[in-house]
Amino acid sequence: MIMLQYLALAAILFAIGVFGVLTRRNAVGILMSLELMFNAANINFVTFNKFIAPGGLTGQIFAAFVIVIAAAEAVVGLAIVLLLYRNWKGINVDRINIMKW
Amino acid sequence: MLENAYLIPFYPLLAFVVIIFFTRWKEKLSSYIAISMVLLAFVHSVFVMAAMLGRHGEPLEKIVTFISQPSLTLELGMYIDALTAVMLLVVTIVASCVQIYSLGYMHGDPRFSRYFSYLSLFTFSMLGLVIANNFFMIFIFWELVGLTSYLLIGFWFEKKSASDAGKKAFITTRIGDLGFIVGILILAAYAGTLNYQQVFEKVSSGALAPGIVTLAGIFIFCGAVGKSAQFPLHVWLPDAMEGPTPVSALIHAATMVAAGVYLVARAMTLFVGSAEAAMVVAVIGLITSLLAASIALTQNDIKRVLAYSTVSQLGYMIMALGLYGVDSAHGHHSPGYVAGTFHLMTHAFFKALLFLGAGSVIHAVHTNDIQDMGGLSKKMKITTITFFIASLSISGIFPLSGFWSKDEIVATTVGHPIFMIFTLAIAFMTAFYMFRLCFLTFTGKPRVQEKFDHAHESPKTMTYPLMFLAFLAIFAGWVGLPWLPHGFSSFVYHEEVHHAEPNYLLMLVSTIVALSGIGLSYLMYYKKSISADAIAEKIKPLYNLSYHKFYFDEIYNAVIIQPLLGLTNVLWWFDANVVDGFVNFIGWLTVKWADLKQWFDQYIVDGAVNGAGYFCMGASWLFRYLQSGSVQFYALTIIAAAIGLVIYRVTPLGFYYYLAGLLIMALSRVLARIFNNNRVKANSNVEG
Repeated sequence: MIMLQYLALAAILFAIGVFGVLTRRNAVGILMSLELMFNAANINFVTFNKFIAPGGLTGQIFAAFVIVIAAAEAVVGLAIVLLLYRNWKGINVDRINIMKW
Repeated sequence: MLENAYLIPFYPLLAFVVIIFFTRWKEKLSSYIAISMVLLAFVHSVFVMAAMLGRHGEPLEKIVTFISQPSLTLELGMYIDALTAVMLLVVTIVASCVQIYSLGYMHGDPRFSRYFSYLSLFTFSMLGLVIANNFFMIFIFWELVGLTSYLLIGFWFEKKSASDAGKKAFITTRIGDLGFIVGILILAAYAGTLNYQQVFEKVSSGALAPGIVTLAGIFIFCGAVGKSAQFPLHVWLPDAMEGPTPVSALIHAATMVAAGVYLVARAMTLFVGSAEAAMVVAVIGLITSLLAASIALTQNDIKRVLAYSTVSQLGYMIMALGLYGVDSAHGHHSPGYVAGTFHLMTHAFFKALLFLGAGSVIHAVHTNDIQDMGGLSKKMKITTITFFIASLSISGIFPLSGFWSKDEIVATTVGHPIFMIFTLAIAFMTAFYMFRLCFLTFTGKPRVQEKFDHAHESPKTMTYPLMFLAFLAIFAGWVGLPWLPHGFSSFVYHEEVHHAEPNYLLMLVSTIVALSGIGLSYLMYYKKSISADAIAEKIKPLYNLSYHKFYFDEIYNAVIIQPLLGLTNVLWWFDANVVDGFVNFIGWLTVKWADLKQWFDQYIVDGAVNGAGYFCMGASWLFRYLQSGSVQFYALTIIAAAIGLVIYRVTPLGFYYYLAGLLIMALSRVLARIFNNNRVKANSNVEG
C-alpha cells in the first residue's frame, strides 16, 4: 500500500463530507457529514504519521484528540439542534436564517 | 477678670448666634437668652471696673497680630483704660435695662426674637467698639453698629417711613464714615501704624507733621460727625425715631451716638496735637448743640424733641472735648476731657430714661404727638416721676447727675466767652423744652379724652428699668462730685489729672439759668399765664425756622438729592440707551453668530455624520444580501474560497476563470431571487 491510496481515501471522504454539509437540509445530517470530514482529517494524520515519521506517535495522538473534540463538538451541535427544534418545530436549516442582516 | 475682658463683647454675640440659628422660634427663650447674656456682660464689666479702680486706671493692652506687613501691621486687641471701663459699664447697664424693658414694650411683636437678636448684635458691636485697641478694629465695629442701627431703625419695615429712615441713617452716617476711613488711611500712610498708643506716641513726639495731624484729626472727626449726628450730618437722628422706642433709647440716645464722642475722646491726642482740628471740633459741637436745642423748642413729636435734645447734648460733649483740645494745645489746663466723658456717662443714663419713659407713654396712648396727650400723671405715676427726674437731671438741677456733668462743661468754656454765652443759652433752652415736654405730656387737662381713657401704667418689666435708671439719673453723677479727692476726674483723664476746684459762681449761674428755663415753661405750659401761641405769633419767622428744623431736609433735598436724582436720570438714560444698546447689540450679534453656527452644525457637521450613514446604507444595499443567515451558504463561500486559493496556486489564470464562473453563478442566483421574490415570501408566510 502506498501513501497516495490512503490520501485519496481521505480526500474522497472529505469531499463527501463537504458535499453533505453544503447540500443537506437536515441539521443532524450536517452534523453527520461533519463527522465524515473529521475522520478524513484523522486518516490523514495517521497516514502521515506512518509514512513521514514512522516510530512516532504524534499523528495517532492527534487523531485521538480530534475524535474527542469531535465528540464534544457534536454535543454542542446536537444541543443547538434540540433548541432549534423546540423553537421552530423542525430542524430544516433552510428556515433557520435568524442571523440574517 | 480684667485679663479676659475681651470676652465681654462675645456674650451678646453668642446670644445673637444662638437666637438667630436655634431659638428663633421660641420667643420667650430667645429673649431670656439675650437678657441673661447682656447681664453676664454687665457683671463682667463691673469686675473690670473694679479691677481698673484697683489699679488706678492703669491701662491694659492685649494684642494679637492679625496681618503683618512691613508697611503696616493690623492687630486685633483690646485696650482697657478708665474710659473703656466706664463705657463698658454704661453700655451694659443701658443695654440690660433696655432689653428688660423691651420684654414689655415689644410684647406680641411678630419679630420678637429677631428684635432681641439684633439688640444682642448691637451690644456686641458697641462693646467691641469700646474695647478695640486700634483704629482698624474700631472702624469694623463702627460699621457694625451702623448696620445694627440700620436694621433696628427699619425694624418695622412695613412702614415706609421706617424703612426710609433706616436708609437715611445708614447713608448719612456713611458720608461721615468715608471721612473716618480717609483719616485712618492718612494715619496708616504717615504713622505706619493704627494702634492707638503708637499713633499717639508719634503725634506727641512730633514725628508726624502738624499738617498731617490736623488733616487726620479732622477726617477722623468726620466719622464722629456722622455717628454722633453733628451738624451738618445731624438730619438722620430725628428720623431714626421711627424705630422701636427702646432702640431709640439704647442706640440713638445712650450708646451708639455716643460712639462719636468716645472716638473724639479716644483720639484726643490728635486734637491736642492740632489746635486747628480741635477748634473745628469745638465749633461744630457748639453749632450742633445750638441748632438742635432751638429746633427742639417747637417740635411736637415726643421722640423728636428727645432726639433733638440728644443731638444738642452730644454737641455739648463734642464741644467740651474740642475746647479741651484747644486749651491743651495752648498749654492751658482744662476740665473739658473729663466734662465730655462725664457728660457722656450721665447723659446715657438720663437720656435712656427719658426715651424709655417716652416709650412707656407711647405704649399707653399710642401716639407720639404731645399735643394729643396731657394729664397723664394721674394714670402713670411711675413714668411721670421718673420722667421728671430725668428732665431735672438733663436740665442740670442740683444735685442730680446732669448738674455735675453740665457744670463741668460750663466750666470748660471759661476763657472762651462766646462759647460760654451760647452754652448757657443752650442750657436755658434745654431746661425750657424739656419741661415744655413734661408739662404738655403729664400735666393739665387731657386734650384727647379718648386716648387718655385708654392710658394705663406700663407693665413691671418696663417700670423697673425706669426706676433703676432714675436711680442712676440721680446718683450716677455723684462719682464726679468736685469735692471728691478721687472722683471721676482723677480716674478718667487724658495724660494727666487736672483737678479743678469747684467753681461756686458758675454752679450758681448755671442753676439760675436752668431754673429760669423751667420757670418760663412753667408759666407758659402749666400756669398758661403767658400764651405760647402769642409768642410764636410774634416771632413767626424764627418760630417757623425752628418748627421746620431750619429747613435742613428741604435744603439737602434741593441741593443734593434733587441734583443727584437728575444726574441719576441722565445716567439712567445713558445706561438704558447706550450701555444697554451696546449690550443688546452684542446679544444680537451673538444670536446671529449662533444662527450661523447652527446652520453649519446642521448642514456641515450633521451632514458629514449622516452622509457617512447614508454612504454605508447605499454601499450595503447590495452586499447585505451576502449576509443571508444561512450557515450553509457561509460554508459554501469558505469552501469556494479555499478551492479558489488552491486553483490560484496551481494556475493563476485559471483562478480568474474560476472567479468569473462563481460570479455568474452568484448573479444568476440573485436574479432568480429577485424574480421569485413573491414565491419566497409566500413560502415563508406558510411556514412561519
